[in-house]
Amino acid sequence: MLPEPIHLKLELEDETVVGVTPIIGYIYRGIEKAGELNPFRNNVFLVERICGICSFTHALCYCEAVEKLMQVEVPPRARFIRLCWSELSRIHSHLLWLGLFADAMGFESLFMQCWRAREIILDISEMTAGHRIIQSTSIIGGIRRDIDKEMAKEVEHKLSDFKELMDNTVSPTVYNDPTIKRRTVGKGMLSKEQANLLGAVGPILRGSGVPLDIRQTGYAAYKETGFEPIVESDGDCYARTIVRLREIYQSRELILKALSLMPEGDISVTVRGNPPEGEMIHRAEQPRGEVVYYIKGNGTRNLDRLRVRTPTFANIPPLLTMLPGCELADVPVITLSIDPCIACTER
Amino acid sequence: MSILTKSRIKSPWLLHYDCGGCNGCDIEVLAALTPIYDIERFGIVNIGNPKHADVLLVTGPVNHRNKRVLRNLYEQMPEPKLVIAVGTCACTGGIFYNCPNTLGGIDKIIPVDVYIPGCAVRPEAIIDAVVIALGKLKEYKG
Repeated sequence: MLPEPIHLKLELEDETVVGVTPIIGYIYRGIEKAGELNPFRNNVFLVERICGICSFTHALCYCEAVEKLMQVEVPPRARFIRLCWSELSRIHSHLLWLGLFADAMGFESLFMQCWRAREIILDISEMTAGHRIIQSTSIIGGIRRDIDKEMAKEVEHKLSDFKELMDNTVSPTVYNDPTIKRRTVGKGMLSKEQANLLGAVGPILRGSGVPLDIRQTGYAAYKETGFEPIVESDGDCYARTIVRLREIYQSRELILKALSLMPEGDISVTVRGNPPEGEMIHRAEQPRGEVVYYIKGNGTRNLDRLRVRTPTFANIPPLLTMLPGCELADVPVITLSIDPCIACTER
Repeated sequence: MSILTKSRIKSPWLLHYDCGGCNGCDIEVLAALTPIYDIERFGIVNIGNPKHADVLLVTGPVNHRNKRVLRNLYEQMPEPKLVIAVGTCACTGGIFYNCPNTLGGIDKIIPVDVYIPGCAVRPEAIIDAVVIALGKLKEYKG
């Protein structure tokens, strides 16, 4: 349903897949090069548009990398609000994925229900940040918009509506529906050893029983709110679905916790000067897994190098080991189970 | 107005092609199909076959690799055909204006009927653009 240009060249024996070659490069734009041509402050808006689905996490990771390089201390309130927006984008991304996944196995009504629940989250984004998808609220040194008390109350109210809708429609379907189980249980197996060996990230890794999540490192305000990764041990498409579904609930809890713990104070500090000479690496957890930013400053307002390593790129090798041996009809389901984001991968 | 034109306006079929966007506009095109906006109630259907399509929705700045694909899709669509550039990138190249691999704006490759600015565009804007584009169909004699 979501037409992203990736080309998987399959080799078949009757209905069984025996070999697969991925061909990418249809939407390569050259964002990393443009990141060297633009001033470093403008890059925040450029990296947000690497991927429109997890745009806030990209901006957050880039801002934190530059702040670390320039040794800027961000006000605590800004870190808490950044956490809220990054978790909101995780909920909307997971619901979007769940909808598309349902569509891939022909379950049209679940697709519609997921996207219906997702609109509540987008409403919250629009209310707090001013736009549904690409928010452009993170800047170097903090954030641009505050979430005041009234707004926080409204967010809590909408999140309880959201939970009610999820509890009544999406969750019982995913947990109990026999069609979903027949299409996903035991399909696209990836063992714990393989996942580690091939460098899988995000829900694919956690669906295979490895408790690794970059949020454990405590960037933004995850240290204050506390965080435990969600792990399922089966390593099939169903386990990945359950990991993502449980993460939706967990993200909701994290937002509520962050809103209640949020200290008063400024939302940004003025950052003067340019990034000094030096390198910095920063990691963050996107809805799809770990994203790594590498920046190299040279004392001027342009960066020497901006390098991004996105989660889908890391998840393509695991996909290539899952596909051989499966039925042709399972290819869309298994491919979607890694939540591919081609716009991220090719940049 | 011939009966063919009349029925075309009553139920236009969309073809959506992502030629290098960031997914932001693509998910808004999809959001326009789902319960809150639900453009299917106007008879608008999203399909994957250019030979059945009346309206081509294009997102993203076109690049050197997929300009051939875009032209190919456009040429496969039957007359009368409408092209809508969804989002600022598709209109002018937008924020990717200085990226080395983009051409900037799909109107360098195919003729465009309606431009929707915005990053990312809202579903209401997409619905509005489809309605404006269908107004153009009324003048079509064929």
